[in-house]
Amino acid sequence: MESNSFFLMRNELILVGIAMILLVAEIFTKPEKKNGIITLAAVLFGLATVANFFPVPEGTLFGGSFITNPMTVFMKSVLNIGVFIVFLQSVTWLRKEENHGKISEYFILVISTLIGMNFMISSGDFLMMYIGLELATIPIAALAAFEKFHEKSAEAGIKLILTSALSSGILLYGLSFIYGTTGSIYFVDIVDKISSNPLQTFGLVFFVAGMAFKISLVPFHLWTADVYEGAPINITAYLSVVSKGAAAFTFMIILFRVFSAVTEIWQPLLYTLAVATMTVGNLFAIRQNNMKRFLAFSSIAQAGFILLGIMQGGELGMTTVVYFMLIYVFTNLAAFGVVSAISEATGKENITDYNSLYKTNPKLSLIMLLAMFSLAGIPPVAGFFGKFFLFTAAGAKGYYILVLIAVLNATVSLYYYLRVVKAMLIDKSDEPIGTFKTPWAMRASLLICVAGIFVIGFASAIYEYISSISFGIN
Amino acid sequence: MIEGIPMTHVLIVSAFMFFAGICGFIIRRNMITILMSIELILNAVNINLVVFNKYLYPDQLQGQFFALFVVGIAAAEASVAIALIINIYRRLNSINVEQVNEMKY
Repeated sequence: MESNSFFLMRNELILVGIAMILLVAEIFTKPEKKNGIITLAAVLFGLATVANFFPVPEGTLFGGSFITNPMTVFMKSVLNIGVFIVFLQSVTWLRKEENHGKISEYFILVISTLIGMNFMISSGDFLMMYIGLELATIPIAALAAFEKFHEKSAEAGIKLILTSALSSGILLYGLSFIYGTTGSIYFVDIVDKISSNPLQTFGLVFFVAGMAFKISLVPFHLWTADVYEGAPINITAYLSVVSKGAAAFTFMIILFRVFSAVTEIWQPLLYTLAVATMTVGNLFAIRQNNMKRFLAFSSIAQAGFILLGIMQGGELGMTTVVYFMLIYVFTNLAAFGVVSAISEATGKENITDYNSLYKTNPKLSLIMLLAMFSLAGIPPVAGFFGKFFLFTAAGAKGYYILVLIAVLNATVSLYYYLRVVKAMLIDKSDEPIGTFKTPWAMRASLLICVAGIFVIGFASAIYEYISSISFGIN
Repeated sequence: MIEGIPMTHVLIVSAFMFFAGICGFIIRRNMITILMSIELILNAVNINLVVFNKYLYPDQLQGQFFALFVVGIAAAEASVAIALIINIYRRLNSINVEQVNEMKY
């Protein structure tokens, strides 16, 4: 192997490098100067995010285990942007006294999960995919229990590690049957031997169940709300956007690459999951009062919409899913950013606490308003275009009833998204949240999010670029 | 070498282990036992991979390598899980899952 072919895994190598630098920096920094690590990590990661936009040649490494093409590079960029925004949002939280000794731990754990996700997206065999999946899951459990003196955080960690271990066990059991019937773990060898043979169908169903845990589709969603509520809020943002996005990308790539011969088996499966996920996610979101739980159920419902694009199965499907995910990164992180800013300043997390927020903090409530409109899919903002294209993709395949159900669900979701807007703008409060100044890093992250919400919807060049690099079945 | 044992016998053992693991995960109340159930599931997977490799594709070693990696990652998973269980024990003085119920619905 030539030495320059390592260039194909550029993003992974850069991330490993950053993790190493932070590890060394942790050793050589005096305890009173630990806050410098935050700046160092954010700057290095920002550079890595920019570096990943430069084009990379296509190719495979390690005998086909690792595949790089423009699409995987773009997906990694989407995740990088998400992680960069999360880093900016977590600055205030990390500067708190109780997290003082754990600053570099936080960055190293987040970056190692990101490396796992990158390997998962680029995987060319099931072994690489499994290792990436575990690397992306195990450190997240440690992150969810990051505030270990808080009971809720500890509870979130244990719930996450036990359920995700079970789900990866189920996934592996399915994969063992795929291996047994095809004789290979490489995607390129498996794809010719997949048929609707019962044992392979069994394996496929178990694989879908295992991945559905990670994307939190109903009925595998039960861990989601508890973990999202208990984990520190920046970790929740990371889980709901980056982790979910990476799992959805991998799920889509493997269904397209490996199970392309049996679409008639997995499409009805995803149909059922999509209907259940959208409906249950929406109905449970209505009755939540805690903002984090509310956003958890909203993100479950959004995952149901993603399935519409995956089911299309072609280039159009992949384009719409990646486009939706890109918008979702900015939109959801804007919402989480506002929740995080308010939570850091006042410790309040309930929707009723947000009453008459507009009077005291107009800018924050306007950003929240935009995020809610974008999540609900109201036209001028980007969320509308994301949902619209997903529905188009499903409609192009002839799933009219599914699109109807999805549109009805989008209408139901308006109720609870606008409930937050109503609380901020209309409802009166005896003791509203006082006016406070948002730190500069949070301001920068919210600015990026708002720019993303507006720009991505209107810049058709982005959609066309994604469309030009996406691939589908055949 | 295991002479004369048909492959289905071994697969039945692994299927039994798998479903015993799922069952244990659901009905057990002690977190360490739940962790053991997960190990049971992963070992069922390992048996499957090695058996398929040995009986059907003896000229390649993909299944056995996969099993080795599964063992390694299961160890990493168990170590993190036990660390979190110890943390729960310090908070609640119990490792019963019924006690870990602050957040619901």
